[in-house]
Amino acid sequence: MKSGKWFKLYIAVFLVFLYAPALLLPVFAFNDSSIVSFPLKGFTLNWFNVLWETEALHEATKNSLLIAVSTAIISTSLGILAARASSRYKFRGQKAVMGFIMIPLVLPEIIVGVSLLVVIVQMGFDLSLWTIVLGHVLICTPFCVAILSSAFLNLDQSLEEASFDLGQTKLATFWLVTMPLVLPGVVSSMLISFTISLDEFIIAFFLAGTEPTLPVYIWGQLRFPQKLPSLMALGTILLILSLTLLATAEYFRRRSARKTGIEDAGGFL
Amino acid sequence: MTDPIIRLSGIDKFYGDFQALYDVNAEIRTGEFFSLLGPSGCGKTTLLRTIAGFEDVSAGRVEIAGQSMENVPANRRPTNMVFQSYAIFPHMTVAENVAYGLKARKMPKDQIATEVATALKQVGLEGYGERASHAMSGGQRQRVALARALVLKPKVLLLDEPLSALDKKMREQMQSELRHLQRAVGITFILVTHDQEEALTMSDRIAVMFEGRIGQLASPQELYRRPVNRKVAEFIGVMNFLDVSVRAGTAGTFDCEIAGLGKAVVPAEQAPGGVDASVTAGVRPEMLTILSGENARSEREASGVVEDVYYYGDMTYYDVKLDGVDHPVTISMRNTAGRAVLSRQDRARVGWGAESVLLLK
Amino acid sequence: MSGFTKWRRSEEASGWLLVSPTLVYSILMLAAPLAMVVALSFWTQDYLQLDKTFTLKNYIEAWSEPIYQTLMGRSLKISAFVTALTILLAFPVAYYVSFYVPQKRKPLWIFLITIPFWTSYLMRIFLWKVILGYNGVVNGSLLGLGLIEQPLSFILYNQNAVVVTLAHAWVPFAILPIFVALEKIDRSLLEAAEDLGDGPLRRFIRVTLPLAMPGVVAATVIVFIPTIGDYVTPRLVGGPNGLMISNMIELQFKKANNAPLGAALALSAMFLVSVISLIFVWLNRKYLVGQK
Repeated sequence: MKSGKWFKLYIAVFLVFLYAPALLLPVFAFNDSSIVSFPLKGFTLNWFNVLWETEALHEATKNSLLIAVSTAIISTSLGILAARASSRYKFRGQKAVMGFIMIPLVLPEIIVGVSLLVVIVQMGFDLSLWTIVLGHVLICTPFCVAILSSAFLNLDQSLEEASFDLGQTKLATFWLVTMPLVLPGVVSSMLISFTISLDEFIIAFFLAGTEPTLPVYIWGQLRFPQKLPSLMALGTILLILSLTLLATAEYFRRRSARKTGIEDAGGFL
Repeated sequence: MTDPIIRLSGIDKFYGDFQALYDVNAEIRTGEFFSLLGPSGCGKTTLLRTIAGFEDVSAGRVEIAGQSMENVPANRRPTNMVFQSYAIFPHMTVAENVAYGLKARKMPKDQIATEVATALKQVGLEGYGERASHAMSGGQRQRVALARALVLKPKVLLLDEPLSALDKKMREQMQSELRHLQRAVGITFILVTHDQEEALTMSDRIAVMFEGRIGQLASPQELYRRPVNRKVAEFIGVMNFLDVSVRAGTAGTFDCEIAGLGKAVVPAEQAPGGVDASVTAGVRPEMLTILSGENARSEREASGVVEDVYYYGDMTYYDVKLDGVDHPVTISMRNTAGRAVLSRQDRARVGWGAESVLLLK
Repeated sequence: MSGFTKWRRSEEASGWLLVSPTLVYSILMLAAPLAMVVALSFWTQDYLQLDKTFTLKNYIEAWSEPIYQTLMGRSLKISAFVTALTILLAFPVAYYVSFYVPQKRKPLWIFLITIPFWTSYLMRIFLWKVILGYNGVVNGSLLGLGLIEQPLSFILYNQNAVVVTLAHAWVPFAILPIFVALEKIDRSLLEAAEDLGDGPLRRFIRVTLPLAMPGVVAATVIVFIPTIGDYVTPRLVGGPNGLMISNMIELQFKKANNAPLGAALALSAMFLVSVISLIFVWLNRKYLVGQK
């Protein structure tokens, strides 16, 4: 079919557009030139060595990891509660409550950053890594709720009833039946929120105190042309890390779908 | 007769403003195969779930083996359930599924293994223990669900539409297997179903439910032959309804003039709900006969025109428009050797008997 | 059983109890701070002193000063362009994945489309600068092919660059809802349209597109609203004439130390995008009814 050919061509061009930055990242990370532009000069691992020797970067990485892990745990916990409530119980105002919890998905991040900044300053608290966690948990929770809701909805309610009927307590049922079956969703939720938090800049920039996160550090370095090639190397590492985490999350999500006997329907979002 | 295993008294169930059960009273006998039959939304599953302990009653009480079940949660009731979806734990093997309840009772491991093997053998799944449960077919899952519940030797086994997910052939096979299994283990079975044929063929007794109330609780035969009202009669099998005018007759009988059929004297037991202006006459299709030329003119004989013929091989169903009635009645005839099958538009002589007429409200 | 104990054991109570930690968190971290921002926008700040007398001064300034008007207008225009471009880019892709890709490979395709989104946000924007720059990939290729003699300068440090970069960032978010809407279309509806005499194009316009509209509307809202809040993209690739209202908001909150004015600007921007989105949804209401 002729129209099919044009269609495929468009898709190919679109994919090039979509992947252009991601593909350039490693190209410049290994390019033996201190200027990030074409033409390419030669192959080097030097920029990765530079990363290894930059103390400030290590600090920022540690901060970001701390924030990302905390965010993943807290937002997944909040997500489990809300997802369980929305998928298993019917209560008045449920739609409004769930809608409200999901709002950060469509709220400009600058609004989240600004409003938390205002409150923290007004209450007289100091900005720190924990203030960033507050903001990140807020924007990650809707993602967790979405992932976990589908995990809980895929879980046939009569499985829990069957366990209870067969003589187990409610608590034992939760650990023996519910948890094993939604665990992949929980893992997937943690990985996604970890990844979002690790990369988040806008909110972190408003709420960071004296200790920068990784993106805040990168932002500071973007002004210095001589730092750019090593940033490309850093970006490459981050990309590989994100992809590994996402592939893992996707793997767990699908396993969850398979375990609960549901045909796989699509991506995370 | 032994004491009832389950006694339901005055059960009401509300979901917010919606009332799902109205003053349900019933006694289920020890060791019987009991069915809750009704159209979807009639409250049969809700009633089953109040017995299982998944739903609290809003009023009334559930007694099992003489014990009140108030504040007894599902996990401590002597009942077990086979779920409509079977609810086989997908992350466990067949044997682990069957052992689930025994483990909850902290039974020693080797004893669990023996019990599980026995239960699997009982349902015809010998040697399937190590299979992954999600790899089992629908019929096999059903058996696993049965084994998982029966291995706990419950006083009552609850089955929530267990056959609805199976295809016709499998369903018929499981019907007879379930019946045999119930006789073999001697446990009281309570089956929820919307399929009247299934209920009739399997049960010792049936409670027919409509809109949260039990319409009639009786044996299959009685339900079919002596439905207490029009609703039950319509739900169980096919029933023809004809207008009737009734006058009190002698010795507790009723003198009836039935539209299209004629006069009849109906004894009081054929009018279970009493008689008033709303009453209609009900006649089962097999209680009407198409008379052929060889039959002498019968005392009770009506006539009409054949509107449609449905040929089933062993049986033929006729829609016959009786003279003076504007809707057709259904008549079923066994196709014996030598009996001619009528065609559309043929005139038909219809024979009937007074003992086959019910007066229903 | 008393009324309260009964309620406590009810489904209603269990639901509320379970959802409450998350709800409380959202109230404390979202609703309360937003309320605070609203309050702040009616106050004034003089260096570090906050004057809590009610005044509309910030709003008057935000809506009448030419610089803010220009920035606001430009931001809305850029957001609208970004949204339109994103939807135009996304629709054929969503359509392709939904209608041409075999069922089994769809999840993989969706995964492929979301991957670039996980490239570091800052790096991604910065790389567009490299791609569009004077010695960048685009100019390099065009020069190499002999299509141009001088590097193009209109592709970086202006609003076009901002639109392209933002569209790139948001396109996965537009593909997903449109894809979901297309997937929901009962394929027999399309066969029915064809059976009733529609050709491919008319069938698309009369059946596929109307049924995909809920996805398009969702994509529009998902892209349009957050886009107004981006201040990194305009800063990196926008040049002096590509700055947006968010850059000003950031400036007021950080360097200019005028948080009340920043709050008024932020709320005004939010107000405008919300109103525009609501109008857009309202205009498309006939496509949204009757859908689950």
